[in-house]
Amino acid sequence: MQLTNKAKAVNRSPLTLMERLYFPAILKGMGITFSHIFKKKVTINYPEVTRPFSPVFRGLHVLNRDAEGRENCTACGLCAVACPAEAITMDAAERLPGEEHLYREEKYAAKYEINMLRCIFCGLCEEACPKDAIYLSETFAPSNYSRKSFIYGKDNLVIPHPQNDPEGFARAKGLIQERKEKTKQQTA
Amino acid sequence: MNITEILFWFLSVLALIGALMMVTNKNPVYSVLWLIVVFFAISGHYILLNAQFLAIVNIIVYAGAIMVLFLFVIMLMNMNADNEPQKNKWLQLAGAVAGGSLLLVIVAALRKSETLAGQHTDAGGTTGLIHNLGQVLFKDFVLPFEISSILFLSAMVGAVVIGKKGD
Amino acid sequence: MLLAIDWALLLEKFILIALVVTVSMVVAMYATWGERKIAAVIQDRYGPNRAGPLGLFQPLADGLKLFMKEEIIPNASNKILFILGPSLAMLTALITSAVIPWGDKMEAFGRTISLQIADINIGILYVFGVVSLGVYGIMIGAWASNNKFSLMGGLRAASQIISYELAMGIVLIALLMTTGTLSLGEIVKQQQEGWWNVIKQPVGFVVFLICAFAECNRTPFDLAEAENELIGGYHSEFSSMKLGFYLFAEYINMFISSAVMATLYFGGYDIIPFYDESAWGLSTNTMAVLGLLALFAKIFVLIFVFMWVRWTIPRFRYDQLMNLGWKSLIPISLIWMLLTAVFMLLIK
Repeated sequence: MQLTNKAKAVNRSPLTLMERLYFPAILKGMGITFSHIFKKKVTINYPEVTRPFSPVFRGLHVLNRDAEGRENCTACGLCAVACPAEAITMDAAERLPGEEHLYREEKYAAKYEINMLRCIFCGLCEEACPKDAIYLSETFAPSNYSRKSFIYGKDNLVIPHPQNDPEGFARAKGLIQERKEKTKQQTA
Repeated sequence: MNITEILFWFLSVLALIGALMMVTNKNPVYSVLWLIVVFFAISGHYILLNAQFLAIVNIIVYAGAIMVLFLFVIMLMNMNADNEPQKNKWLQLAGAVAGGSLLLVIVAALRKSETLAGQHTDAGGTTGLIHNLGQVLFKDFVLPFEISSILFLSAMVGAVVIGKKGD
Repeated sequence: MLLAIDWALLLEKFILIALVVTVSMVVAMYATWGERKIAAVIQDRYGPNRAGPLGLFQPLADGLKLFMKEEIIPNASNKILFILGPSLAMLTALITSAVIPWGDKMEAFGRTISLQIADINIGILYVFGVVSLGVYGIMIGAWASNNKFSLMGGLRAASQIISYELAMGIVLIALLMTTGTLSLGEIVKQQQEGWWNVIKQPVGFVVFLICAFAECNRTPFDLAEAENELIGGYHSEFSSMKLGFYLFAEYINMFISSAVMATLYFGGYDIIPFYDESAWGLSTNTMAVLGLLALFAKIFVLIFVFMWVRWTIPRFRYDQLMNLGWKSLIPISLIWMLLTAVFMLLIK
């Protein structure tokens, strides 16, 4: 019974004299390897050249700030609920008077941790976020010796502040904008 | 004492030490290696006698091929002093007597050949060079040479027949 | 009368030996680099390119690494033979170069210096003898390791080298019938005046080349160190520079066997076939240097062929190896020897 047409009958007929001589086949093989010397190299010289990511690549998370440098996250916990790997934990805190320049709304995340060893980079947190606060960037977690170092806190996640590091802030904002457009294209 | 004599004594002592070590060593692998040393010393003697062809053929055939096969078999059989079977006392005695008789025969033969001494030890001789050796082998001694080659051929055919029996 | 030696000759030979050994080492070192580069370009990769320009310092880094590695002698091994093994492998690899004519004569300090260390009248047989001894380094090292995989590799190497020596010897006889001399210097001189031997002995050369692959334990005949069956084969237990000696000896063997093939079949230091170079009217020294360059060019082409074959043809199975050696190559070389003899009788 034939299920697919991928099956290939093996030719078991005895070798012809030409095949038994063996030598022509070796010369042919050597011709093939020789021609490969002049072919284009497929290697990418990694640290100098990087392979471009796929447009839908989902890497490490970043926590967004608004234009004045205030954190967007309000610790609503929707990302943690959405996370299928249960990689996100957070502690909410109330904004005190005088902290308006730090947090955009009255509630904020005092602690926000993502365990990068648990995270499966599905991007559901990004979709769940109502406050435009969490995005997946185009980098991946560098290797390390301890498990602890893979638990990323706010110090690793929040993008640079516009006053301290305007360039870094602009770059992060640009990436987030790009990401938004790409997701829009994907969903459209 | 010129350099040839120094070499002669050195090689002779080496050959004797090698032979003694070969016989007395308990480990058969060491014995084979010492035997190879003996072959090298003997090849050195051939070179001193200007018999280069014999010297190199001695190395190729004995050290290079036969001893490799010996070593091969000994390594495969994994022989060592622990599992060596206890030999019969009488057998040892018989061996000693036989070896002693062989020694006597050799010594007796060498005593008679004293008249030859000095004739072929001249390092300037050319009998051992490959051209002359070929002339001698294929002109004066062509019949014995061919007969011995037929002997080898029959041995080879015999080996093939024994090897084929399994099929 | 005591020790009446031509001191100048001794010094000259000593310098020549030192030079040849150094050159063999350097060529072997860079052959490792070349092997990796050739393997890479054949597989559409770049190969070593981090240490220095084009990765040229890679062999130095590798050598340094081998020196720095911990020297391990297994407890259950036979310690004397364990050290003797790699030393013998290296020794036999290096002493073959003594009879290869690296070039014609040179003139310096009012002396005529032959660029061949020893022009003995049994040159080829000497090469043959040393090659047949090469197996001891592998066998002794393998046995002394007291490891069954090592032993297996050593036994494979021994039986393989003995089997292929036969075919090699028989095609050499065919070659010697045409040359009429065993001296490598003479053989090169004949080729300088007449044809290169490869034209007279094409089948002989191919058989010799295949046997050379087998004698050097190179792929497709590297069963002695078949990684996927025998771990590392005979050098599984070796570490540090003792391992380095084995690896180095393989590359030196490759260099020397390329040199022997270039000398026997490709005219040695003859620059252009069918052409009398002396018509250029160059001085002796210039000719010697040009000849040396020509010889090295031939050697490098042959080394390239060694590597090219290695990265093309997969390893043979052991029964295939023995069948090829005993049932194909020996009959072919015997028939070729007979044909050569018949032909020589006819044209006489």
